[in-house]
Amino acid sequence: MRMNVTLSREDIVRLCERVEGAQTRAYAIPKLTDEYPGMTMGDGYAVQSELRRRFLAQGHRLVGWKAGLTSKAKMQQMGVSVPSIGFLTDRMARPENSAISTADLVHPRVECEVAFVMKKTLRGPNCTRDEVLAATDYVLPAVEVIDSRFSGFKFDLESVVADNGSSARFVGGGRARYVEELDLRTLGVVMEKNGEIVTMGASAAVLGHPAEAIAMLVNILADLGEELPAGSFVMSGGITEAVAVKPGDSIVARFQELGSVSMRFVE
Amino acid sequence: MNDETIHKYGDELYAAWRERRTVPPLLEREPDITLADAYRIQLRFIERRVVAGESIVGKKIGVTSKPVQDFLGVFQPDFGQLTSGMVYREGDTIDLSALIQPKAEAELAFVLKADLQGPGVTAMDVIRATDYVVPCFEIVDSRITDWKIKIQDTVADNASCGVYVLGNTRGDPRRLDITLAGMVLEKNGELHSTGVGAAVQGSPANAVAWLANTLGELGIPFKAGEVILSGSQSALVPVVDGDELVCTVGGLGSCRVKFSGRSAACA
Repeated sequence: MRMNVTLSREDIVRLCERVEGAQTRAYAIPKLTDEYPGMTMGDGYAVQSELRRRFLAQGHRLVGWKAGLTSKAKMQQMGVSVPSIGFLTDRMARPENSAISTADLVHPRVECEVAFVMKKTLRGPNCTRDEVLAATDYVLPAVEVIDSRFSGFKFDLESVVADNGSSARFVGGGRARYVEELDLRTLGVVMEKNGEIVTMGASAAVLGHPAEAIAMLVNILADLGEELPAGSFVMSGGITEAVAVKPGDSIVARFQELGSVSMRFVE
Repeated sequence: MNDETIHKYGDELYAAWRERRTVPPLLEREPDITLADAYRIQLRFIERRVVAGESIVGKKIGVTSKPVQDFLGVFQPDFGQLTSGMVYREGDTIDLSALIQPKAEAELAFVLKADLQGPGVTAMDVIRATDYVVPCFEIVDSRITDWKIKIQDTVADNASCGVYVLGNTRGDPRRLDITLAGMVLEKNGELHSTGVGAAVQGSPANAVAWLANTLGELGIPFKAGEVILSGSQSALVPVVDGDELVCTVGGLGSCRVKFSGRSAACA
């Protein structure tokens, strides 16, 4: 993918400040392309990279990355042929079985994902699924809390990328497993909200195989001049559709072979 | 409904099945048909097939997922009878000209090693009585015009059963998480949809327990050796000449089926 940046440095900083404000003070903003209709994917990633630089400068620690738009349905919906990526910091991490406040979120939704922890650094381009599996220390189940900061869920890919792929919170947990002991393609997943099944699927929903999403993420990182370092925590994209949550909701994600991850939402 | 009317509709469905044609919805003509009437019509339909030379080899459970129950406005599954004329083996090509308006569903089938006598049967009894589970396709078909079914129509029409094919990989439900096992459905080499065992009444074993209890109340035997199709874990897939489907149950194996010819509604 070509990362063609058309915005001036000044505009990138301006948009970054707008996104950072929306993220840290939890308010909705219009999609960025309303003001910059010519914004490219490269511009979106330039804003995201500036956001990452600022967070790291404020002392946040980069713990990994996430792939988004990894299901055929979502890609068709957004009219794209590649997933998007976003970065993850320690400030977004929440422990398993914890109470997650929605006070600092706009309209949070949760998705079930297979997460990878890497033991070797991966560099694109041309990273393959097999290279990902060989570089993986272990996999574990995760729930991502996404939160689009755009009003009324009106957004396009460029705006979503600038908003760090709607990343907000994440919870890893369950049971760590070696990839060679699993069929990562056919893992069944059930999400329960307040004791009722609300969505379910199998891991092939993510680009046919979750490791495929990690390979594509590594290749997008290469386009940005980045690598995926050993030790990274990487979420491969939603197996299930995103489910809205509000204070009082309790979530349990149950994964075949990987155990479960739970959390509850509070004011 | 008197026996004469029950026989009339059972015979009408039998003739429609034999001649590969459809009839108008029964409920449009007899608005007061109860569910009990519908099962009596089904028994008549099946009795005609048995008299014509088939034997009963098992049961199918239908209307097991929440979306289908919501669509039909019912809050419990239904069942139909599997007969010897419906059986295909893995690797066979299913002749669509023997069907009217077929759609495929990916399921988990149970084969019992002990009789299950309801009422009072639990999911634990089902596991204990199960010889093995196996991935399968049920090809549902409707003798009702354009699938315009209400619950009474589909029950009378033998729960819209067409034919079925069992895969070759048998699994022990004590070694397989049948609730969380993923279901991956591919059509002509491409991912079609995914699901999971829990899509069926929370667990396929719950659906089989429901069937044992329902049959117990109706005085219908549920015998060792019978095949039970436990309910769809996938989307309904319309099939045409040349299609090939593969379903894979995580931790178990696959079932592959090909189709040739033209179904009556397409001819």
